[in-house]
Amino acid sequence: MYGFEAMTFNIHGGYLEAIVRGHRSGLLTAADYNNLCQCETLEDIKMHLSATEYGPYLQNEPSPLHTTTIVEKCTLKLVDEYKQMLCQATEPLSTFLEYITYGHMIDNVVLIVTGTLHERDVQELLEKCHPLGMFDSIATLAVAQNMKELYRLVLVDTPLAPYFSECITSEDLDDMNIEIMRNTLYKAYLEDFYRFCQKLGGATAEIMSDLLAFEADRRAVNITINSIGTELTRDDRRKLYSSFGLLYPYGHEELAVSEDIDQVRAVMEKYPPYQSIFSKLSYGESQLLDKAFYEEEVKRLCLAFEQQFHYGVFFAYMRLREQEIRNLMWISECVAQNQKSRVHDSVVFIF
Amino acid sequence: MGERGREGCCPPMDLMRSEPMHLVQLIIPIESAHRTISYLGDLGLIQFKDLNAEKSPFQRTYANQIKRCGEMARKLRFFREQILKAGFSPAVRSVTEADLNLDDVEVKLGDLEAELVEINANGEKLQRTYNELAEYKLVIQKAGEFFHSALSSAEAQQREFASNQSGEESLETPLLSEQEMTTDPSKQVKLGFTAGLVPREKSIAFERILFRATRGNVFLKQAVVDNPVTDPVSGEKVEKNVFAVFFSGERAKNKILKICDAFGANRYPFSEDLGKQAQMITEVSGRLSELKTTIDAGLVHRGNLLQTIGEQFERWNFLVRREKSIYHTLNMLSIDVTKKCLVAEGWSPVFATKQIQDALHRATQDCNSQVDAIFQVLHTREMPPTYFQTNKFTSAFQEIVDAYGVAKYQEANPGVYTIVTFPFLFAVMFGDWGHGICLLLGTLYFIIREKKLSSQKLGDIMEMTFGGRYVILLMSLFSIYTGFIYNEFFSVPFEFFSRSAYSCRDLSCSEATTVGLIKARDTYPFGVDPAWYGSRSELPFLNSMKMKMSILLGVAQMNLGIILSYFNSKFFGNSINTWFQFIPQMIFLNSLFGYLSVLVIIKWCTGSKADLYHVMIYMFLSPTDEIGENQLFPGQKTTQLVLLLLAFVSVPWMLLPKPFLLKLQHDRHHGQYAPLPDSEESLQSESNQDSHGHEEFEFSEIFVHQLIHTIEFVLGAVSNTASYLRLWALSLAHSELSTVFYEKVLLLAWGYNNVIIIIVGIIIFICATVGVLLVMETLSAFLHALRLHWVEFQNKFYEGDGYKFYPYSFALIDYEEE
Repeated sequence: MYGFEAMTFNIHGGYLEAIVRGHRSGLLTAADYNNLCQCETLEDIKMHLSATEYGPYLQNEPSPLHTTTIVEKCTLKLVDEYKQMLCQATEPLSTFLEYITYGHMIDNVVLIVTGTLHERDVQELLEKCHPLGMFDSIATLAVAQNMKELYRLVLVDTPLAPYFSECITSEDLDDMNIEIMRNTLYKAYLEDFYRFCQKLGGATAEIMSDLLAFEADRRAVNITINSIGTELTRDDRRKLYSSFGLLYPYGHEELAVSEDIDQVRAVMEKYPPYQSIFSKLSYGESQLLDKAFYEEEVKRLCLAFEQQFHYGVFFAYMRLREQEIRNLMWISECVAQNQKSRVHDSVVFIF
Repeated sequence: MGERGREGCCPPMDLMRSEPMHLVQLIIPIESAHRTISYLGDLGLIQFKDLNAEKSPFQRTYANQIKRCGEMARKLRFFREQILKAGFSPAVRSVTEADLNLDDVEVKLGDLEAELVEINANGEKLQRTYNELAEYKLVIQKAGEFFHSALSSAEAQQREFASNQSGEESLETPLLSEQEMTTDPSKQVKLGFTAGLVPREKSIAFERILFRATRGNVFLKQAVVDNPVTDPVSGEKVEKNVFAVFFSGERAKNKILKICDAFGANRYPFSEDLGKQAQMITEVSGRLSELKTTIDAGLVHRGNLLQTIGEQFERWNFLVRREKSIYHTLNMLSIDVTKKCLVAEGWSPVFATKQIQDALHRATQDCNSQVDAIFQVLHTREMPPTYFQTNKFTSAFQEIVDAYGVAKYQEANPGVYTIVTFPFLFAVMFGDWGHGICLLLGTLYFIIREKKLSSQKLGDIMEMTFGGRYVILLMSLFSIYTGFIYNEFFSVPFEFFSRSAYSCRDLSCSEATTVGLIKARDTYPFGVDPAWYGSRSELPFLNSMKMKMSILLGVAQMNLGIILSYFNSKFFGNSINTWFQFIPQMIFLNSLFGYLSVLVIIKWCTGSKADLYHVMIYMFLSPTDEIGENQLFPGQKTTQLVLLLLAFVSVPWMLLPKPFLLKLQHDRHHGQYAPLPDSEESLQSESNQDSHGHEEFEFSEIFVHQLIHTIEFVLGAVSNTASYLRLWALSLAHSELSTVFYEKVLLLAWGYNNVIIIIVGIIIFICATVGVLLVMETLSAFLHALRLHWVEFQNKFYEGDGYKFYPYSFALIDYEEE
């Protein structure tokens, strides 16, 4: 299973691994979150963040602050770090790093297409896109009327092109179609990423397959729950599940026929790693599932740092930072809207 | 510094012992708190303790004020950026008076910012229009060319066609064109077109997408714009292409417009008519020049505003930084329950008591406060910070010591001795008065231009060299001195002080290198006789001399270290250390290596041929044997026996009594009842510091510690003495290297009698001397001298576990920010 990474990893990856571990130590701690949760205004949050690594990014923001500004600046920091790492990376790490952004790319494509469908302004939509998932001709997406055009016009130039092979239809775009497209793309992306990691071998393959399997399983559960009560047929639903992960293949069969949340629960409880997640929830409840999954994910991502000489740390770091930004967004929103009682609802402590 | 009053008998020991400090408590009425802190910041002699460590920054009392200061600092940064962008530099003026009111400044800054932002917005709007018009003009010009050329080629084609029509039909006559020409005008599709500018790097993708989106039913023409165009949206200079797209149909139009938007291609209205184009151009040019004057006027206005800001900028900046630091300090004070006064705790040097009280008093008066601030000294067992008052000469040397570890409060400071020993040991390794003079000239440059250089920013390495200029000055002076002793000037010996003491046996001097020279005059008065250089016995002689000298220097410095440990134990009243550490250590070191040093000196004085290796080795192996021909003085055998015995006795002396005595002391201390604390205050301070109060006493730990210490010292005595041989090794390396460069480069080149070779030789010699000898050798000698101080010297006495006194001072804050 293990190659001799320890001998040669540091030639190309050592510098960046050190960098990413350095970045990781800059993540906000539980003490930071406790302090942030006590903030009264957004200015307080800025003041607290100015003592962290976010300081330089926020210091030139004029009051009054908005939640979006905070989130934007925090994301900017992540993007800067990502770009710096990508600049320094050599093959195959650079490809690996690029793979990390494809998820955002899919989200952005879906965002723009849905937005255009509802006749929103393209510039406005572009501002909402995640900066990591931007590509050159993204604005052109607004031109497309159906899947085929979408592919032919724009996506053929992007790395997402191969993932599209399964969902080219001439149907006009509608919400349902787009959602299916998103999941099909995501499925293809995860499978491709999984294959790529397997090809890399060694500790990267081992750790990444665990992380990606979790991601795939989580998506499978989400797809199932979201499609309950919609016109999506069982076969269609099954097609959206990725062909790896802990649930593959028998769990998928069972999920495909689940008709309510308790059936999903019954399926999932057969798998020990997920048992603990579902045991936290009371019956019939799906609100807190997201948080439970996020918590489990953060736990797994943190574990990726326990081992050296693999690329999983990059993936884990990016994901943890994104989670941190989600936390900050939630805290800021709660503070801005005077809902401080709910502040703990969706914050996932990283350490 | 002498005017400071000191209690006690001892003379002031500025650098030897750190300043006596005490923990003081200030109780400041809330109305005069701000001014008090500001005066204390001017004074810069008190280090506040954070009494609110458990509170997060925004929960503290003065969080709002800090936020305000942060906001003002942001505005100032904005101004600075704008000023720099506009090409002004903020006026640097002496910032002495700070009589500005923070509130006024805040209002003023707010107004100025609003004004500047508005001016910028207006300017931007105008600039944008201007850029758009400029682009428009380009489009008209370039696209006009398309039409013009298209028209002329169409005419040519038509003429050709006409001529073809008249002649016989050739094969080349396009079939289609005929058809086209004959199509009914009503069926002809009206071709739409649009023109604009697209960034050059996107132009290829743009073309591709256009092609794909319309399935090739477009005609795109592009022309390169030679100069970068200012983009109206971003305001940056971008390389762009002018394009004109021709299409047919409404659907295609929509698509193309969307694609243009997506690519950030700016479209402009355009007419086919040539006459209209010309008219447009004149119109646009007219508006451009109009706009230009408006923009210029705006710029002048903005420039004036920035100028006025620039004049005040430094003052404001200074004020805001000071205010921010004052509120940060105020946040560290704990607020009284009655909310009427603030309680501060902090360390200050004892000598500053009067000054601090003065400052407090002044603050009370200036605020017209009813109540005076209260100053009182607290008793504590906490370790006070270490504070040495250094000047620009001593600070660099103190830095060398601090880099190893900051001295424990009031322990003997090796910095005092380092001032002399460090450059001296360096010079022993760097002994060459030619090189010394080069170094001296370099460092003199720094010292003479000190004022100018210290105010400007230097590079990393320059900064370091500049900071150590006085160290380098002493190093160069000492290396000139040792250079005279070694008698080397770029490795060349000189008969500087008198003629050499030796001369040839006869006039022909044929036996000089075989049999040797005879002594003809008095001994050479200072340093090594130049006659040694170049002789066969040069190396054996110099090696033996330098090696023995290194041992002597080493033993002397280690003895100094041990003596300093005596000063420490005397100062701290620790008699156990004196009797069971200092004395046996002295005996051990001197009975072995002190004895060796004495032998060396005796051998030098008497000129004996005794073999010192033999003496030392057999002193251990067979102390009772006869010494024989290696006898240096009568009674040597007995002396050696006694010394050996002393050395053996001193090891258990070092090891055993101290732990047992400590245990005894501890038992006795705890056997009795502790006296009750007599006042409430001491109880309070005790409870604050109870974690530091009595340490756990673990006998085994103390014993193991002592064992390690003893072993380290005994082994260290040998290895450290050997370590001082690096003095010899580096000095040898230095002189050999410089000989090589002198003989193998300079003399060799000289021998060729060719101007070019001589010049090349001199250049190589200079480069090698500067690069290798002056830079690299200086560095290596510096590092070795550093090591000798840190390891061999300081491990004899130096604890170095203190922490630095870091006073709250405006001077430091200003320095830091820059």
